[in-house]
Amino acid sequence: MTDTTSNPQADTARASELGAVARFLKATEIDTRMLGMVGALLIIWIGLHVISSLRLGVNPLDFDSRTFLTPRNLWNLSVQTSAVAIMACGMVLVIVMRNIDLSVGSAEGLIGMVMGFAQVHFLVRFVGLELGNPWIWVLALVIGLALGLLIGAFQGFVIAYLEVPAFIVTLGGLLVWRGAAWWVTSGQTVAPLDATFQLMGGGPAGSIGATWSWVGGIVACLAVGFALFNGRVQRKRFRFPLRPIWAETLLGVVTCAVIMGAVWLANSYPWPIGIVNRYATANNITIPEGGLFIAHGIAIPVLMAIAVGLVMTFITNRTRFGRYVFAIGGNPEAANLAGINTRWVTMKVFMIMGVLATIAAAISSARQNSATNVLGTLDELLVIAAAVIGGTSLAGGSGTIIGAMLGALLMQSLQSGMVLLGVDSPLQSIVVGAVLVIAVWLDTVYRKRV
Amino acid sequence: MIDKIVPAATALIDMRNISIAFGGIRAVDDASIDLFPGEVVALLGHNGAGKSTLIKILSGAYKRDAGQIFVNGQEASISNPRDAKKYGIETIYQTLALADNVDAAANLFLGRELMTAWGTLDDVAMEAEARKVMGRLNPRFQRFKEPVIKLSGGQRQSVAIARAILFNARILIMDEPTAALGPQETAQVGELVKQLKSDGIGIFLISHDIHDVFELADRVCVMKNGQVVGTARTTDVTQDEVLGMIILGRCPPGAIPGPGALKIAA
Repeated sequence: MTDTTSNPQADTARASELGAVARFLKATEIDTRMLGMVGALLIIWIGLHVISSLRLGVNPLDFDSRTFLTPRNLWNLSVQTSAVAIMACGMVLVIVMRNIDLSVGSAEGLIGMVMGFAQVHFLVRFVGLELGNPWIWVLALVIGLALGLLIGAFQGFVIAYLEVPAFIVTLGGLLVWRGAAWWVTSGQTVAPLDATFQLMGGGPAGSIGATWSWVGGIVACLAVGFALFNGRVQRKRFRFPLRPIWAETLLGVVTCAVIMGAVWLANSYPWPIGIVNRYATANNITIPEGGLFIAHGIAIPVLMAIAVGLVMTFITNRTRFGRYVFAIGGNPEAANLAGINTRWVTMKVFMIMGVLATIAAAISSARQNSATNVLGTLDELLVIAAAVIGGTSLAGGSGTIIGAMLGALLMQSLQSGMVLLGVDSPLQSIVVGAVLVIAVWLDTVYRKRV
Repeated sequence: MIDKIVPAATALIDMRNISIAFGGIRAVDDASIDLFPGEVVALLGHNGAGKSTLIKILSGAYKRDAGQIFVNGQEASISNPRDAKKYGIETIYQTLALADNVDAAANLFLGRELMTAWGTLDDVAMEAEARKVMGRLNPRFQRFKEPVIKLSGGQRQSVAIARAILFNARILIMDEPTAALGPQETAQVGELVKQLKSDGIGIFLISHDIHDVFELADRVCVMKNGQVVGTARTTDVTQDEVLGMIILGRCPPGAIPGPGALKIAA
């Protein structure tokens, strides 16, 4: 008797609870999948933090400087994520169109070598620019962008117009561009790179400092507020359902808190003492007692990744081209019958991928302060994994830029967390591989239920 | 009687001696068909008779091997779907040809998006237009934010129909427009056809339902093995005679025989 009465009660309680969650999600219009990704990321971060603390025998709540959740580690994580996150943005479009690009890592390597060769040898020895000439990094980057565009256009042309499957074309590219990267200098490493070019790799000089980071954070918060307000005005204009005020406020406050939190973290990571001392002597600053605290602030590669993410989100959501990419992914025949030039759109997607590979190549070679022919090896797999973990369906037609960037962050968190824990590199590969498969399996389950 | 056979107006569409072959198979063989303003012409025939292929040549999905297409008496060059739309030819495909992963508004405007002054997609304006046209076709439709794959068959069909009438089509091609619909929705489509007809739009209707055809169409054109068996006014032939045309290729006295008609002399 007690059983029969308690069961319905429990059910109603659960139903109302679910109802509240569902109501909350409906009011805020948050994608549950995105929420799941953020949750997974937080679990991984907290898990790595607790494990790394316990290994050292310190209290996780003390945030010891050798554990995972420290400004230094998270700052490095942000820089390490940038290159893969940038390429993952392009991979989303490629996969949404039911294609694949296995050549991005090799293309990155070749472009990195060519840009390195251009700034260290070609522009100096053959064009006659002096070392340190401010034009060198610009010209090197322009050469790289042109090459990236060309590689993308070539592969895209073969895929779209000659109708060779993307898997085969880019598998060929994987070998061809890697071989070509060796050929640029017969395998010799190119170093050191141009001083300005190096800023794209982060480091104390390649960060924008505390003040500008705060300014950037405040500007970003204002932009978030404006976007929410503008969205509301637009919906009102056409009498569409509005989010409740509390939901709008909550979204704004949480987003701004995350932005300002990230800025605070970046500003909590000081320059190393040696660099501070050199900086102080160079600028005649006497170092006060207890040391001089100069914050890194947000790293330039991270800003580049954010900019790429914003531009790519804009392209996918707000332009005709982005709409066509998704329509073609959803039903290529329908897109064709609707009068969309599907071949040209395909070619353009690969051209964008090539340009993004260039930006990634600039960041990763600048970070190492050298260009080598193994630059970006296996990056194609990280990039594809990031896009897929971020919710891009390999069947085509769905995926988001923000998801792919979060996916890149998730992959990189796992990887650098394992380095921090001293996990052997073969085991790292095993974990990363297993996580990819599990993530896609979970996604399949999720898609079936929703 | 005479003025009915030789209409005064110029034909909206006049397809002459159209042929297309896939591999060795002549899917459409020397077919001619015309359509006048405010007229419904039904295309009938077995599966594989060449109806859909002929119509896809008109809508630009296939490129013909031979023959000419005249729109309003002027020769038209139609080599892709965009060309056809330029001439005001809109098509509702049997497969609906919807991009399943985007919402109704995006499908309605696919390939012809409304843009803001900034050159970006004007989603709000497109959704507002979509609400207007869908309100006319299917007043209870409210699922504007969902990808069309989540809609029911009837709702998907109304999206496909709305897309065709949204851009002031002058010629409408309907390939099995009621295949996925229930009786009430089918009646609705019938009403729509009559309304579009009175607006002076010419309609090619491909259907398997001979009752539908006799109710809606002014003329029927029967195809068999890629050839036209014959064309007839629905008032001049009986349903049984039309069935005879479809099954046997026998042209009744009330019809104008085409190249595919059974030779009676044999």
